[in-house]
Amino acid sequence: MRSFVRWFATAALAVALTVPAIAATQLTGAGSSFDYPFFSKAFYIYNQKNPDVTVNYQSIGSGGGIQQFTAKNVDFGASDVPMNAGELARAGQPVLQIPVTLGGAAIAYNLPGVTATLKLTRQAIADIYLGKILKWNDPQIAKLNKGVNLPDTAIVVVHRSDGSGTSYIFTDFLSHVSPEWKSKVGTGKSVSWPAPSAVGAKGNEGVAGQVRSTPGAIGYVELAYVVENKMPAATIQNRAGKWVACSEDTVAAAAATKPEVSPTSFSIVDAPGANSYPISGYSWVMVYKKPSDSNRAKQLYNVLSWLVGPQGQSNAKSVDYVPLPVNVQNAASSTLRQMQR
Amino acid sequence: MSEEPRFRRVARFVSPADRGFAAVVYGGSILFALLIIGLFVELVLGSWPSIVAFGPSFIWKSAWDPVSSKFGALPMIYGTVVTSFTAILLAGFVGIMAAVFLADFAPRWLATPLSFLIELLAAVPSVVYGLWGLFVLAPFVRTTIGPILQKTLGWTPLFSGPIYGVGLLTAGIILALMIVPTVTAISRDVIAAIQRDLREASMALGATKWETATRVVLPAARVGIFGACVLALGRALGETIAVTMVIGNRPEISASLFAPSYTLASVIANEFTEATTSIYISALIELGLILFVVSIVVNALARLMIWSVRGSQ
Repeated sequence: MRSFVRWFATAALAVALTVPAIAATQLTGAGSSFDYPFFSKAFYIYNQKNPDVTVNYQSIGSGGGIQQFTAKNVDFGASDVPMNAGELARAGQPVLQIPVTLGGAAIAYNLPGVTATLKLTRQAIADIYLGKILKWNDPQIAKLNKGVNLPDTAIVVVHRSDGSGTSYIFTDFLSHVSPEWKSKVGTGKSVSWPAPSAVGAKGNEGVAGQVRSTPGAIGYVELAYVVENKMPAATIQNRAGKWVACSEDTVAAAAATKPEVSPTSFSIVDAPGANSYPISGYSWVMVYKKPSDSNRAKQLYNVLSWLVGPQGQSNAKSVDYVPLPVNVQNAASSTLRQMQR
Repeated sequence: MSEEPRFRRVARFVSPADRGFAAVVYGGSILFALLIIGLFVELVLGSWPSIVAFGPSFIWKSAWDPVSSKFGALPMIYGTVVTSFTAILLAGFVGIMAAVFLADFAPRWLATPLSFLIELLAAVPSVVYGLWGLFVLAPFVRTTIGPILQKTLGWTPLFSGPIYGVGLLTAGIILALMIVPTVTAISRDVIAAIQRDLREASMALGATKWETATRVVLPAARVGIFGACVLALGRALGETIAVTMVIGNRPEISASLFAPSYTLASVIANEFTEATTSIYISALIELGLILFVVSIVVNALARLMIWSVRGSQ
């Protein structure tokens, strides 16, 4: 026993000695779980290049992120939806909001025996989620998919049960393309789903699992997840009338149509442009315009301007995130330059 | 109870060590009482905006629409109660039978490893149950259990309607698996504690082993077994992640056990992290308050039943 204690003490000492003695700046952030894989990769790379700065990001959800940021417990917050006027007022001092990455929601489905990629119009998706199209062989779907033998099975509508930015983008899309959806349901991270067969599943893996194990199911899943798991996803007719699949290119194309993106006008769903994927959206980082600690402010500025610049964004692709288009990168950098440091 | 003089009354000298010990144990128990009270107060404070805005109708309204800030808890209360009672019905029956077998029928070489395995079920993390439920049990319910039940019992509203795989029944089965170890382990100990004389007397009167178990041992152990079931029910009421993954998360009341539903704990787990408006957060906290009260009421009722059974003995 005593020898164990001595061994343990020695080991602890050894660990303590190997930790660098210089006081590194540790920046903290909290918020969106959507951003987490991208952030952990990017901040790791940043730390490799700048060993004196580490960023500790807690993926506690956008709501929690905004709260922690407002309470000044963290240096920056991250949210899938920018803070609104009420939330900004509660923050008590000027806040800068910067787009950091892009996401898209793919429409995954499970139709045994159907090998061709399903085609859906924006209206058809809205009608399915409104519960107006109940069967797969409904004429509205059949006429879009001539030559495909659609089964006579009931459609099971799958949605995220946990509040999520992906749900926000998807319901924002539905509100844009269907006035009925806008008035009956609206846009939000959690909404009251009207379809009679609606089933909620937790997380992307939950929705994907539910779709995969239920014949006749349809569900929206984050782009990265569909790419990683090679799920069949529908091609969608965009506003320009072109058929587009959900991919990094089509999401980036949608974003590039609106370079003047701002926290008050940030929606890029149903974007114009031949190659635009209609179910796309940004994720945001919030910082105070005048942080109290100037040294931390300087470090935070360096990290974030690297993150929204070409070097930081180049890490997005390797984790299946969509890099910001160059014009949006520039806009984000110029917003960030307003930060007092 | 016989009137035995208490330690403190006969002792002439109380040593400081004893006093210190008494202070520690008193302090410990009071601390826990304070924690519970503090939790309750905190829940009431947190849910106060929602209590003021929606009043008592929060409990019987069934809309849950965060976009237009309309909140009602009834579907979640229903889902919580139905899944928990489905679970205790299934787990109670199987668990008590297993306990009887382990205590009175199984040979020693089988009983020890078997009880160990059953208790091991309690050590499996609930998210693992949830994943297994989503990928294995839910499809099995959709393709096998569901259609069989519908064919035989489909005439009752309980087993009617489309089968999604996820829903009240699947959640109930998952919960049953999770609480079976509690039921079995405690019931087995209670049964094993029943005096040998009772069993021997019953056998001497010519009863079979089965008759002894069901007519003598189980009635004698019923208070303890009931207690085991209440403990298990407590766990079922509050279980979150496993249920969230298989219940379908739809705030709707439906008579069918195949229908998706929602539980109080699941809504909180699903929506709390991304809830931003204060009334929304407050409504979620009020769900927590309701869960707290439901658990207390269930436990109190069970206590009352145990007392009344004891009284009649």
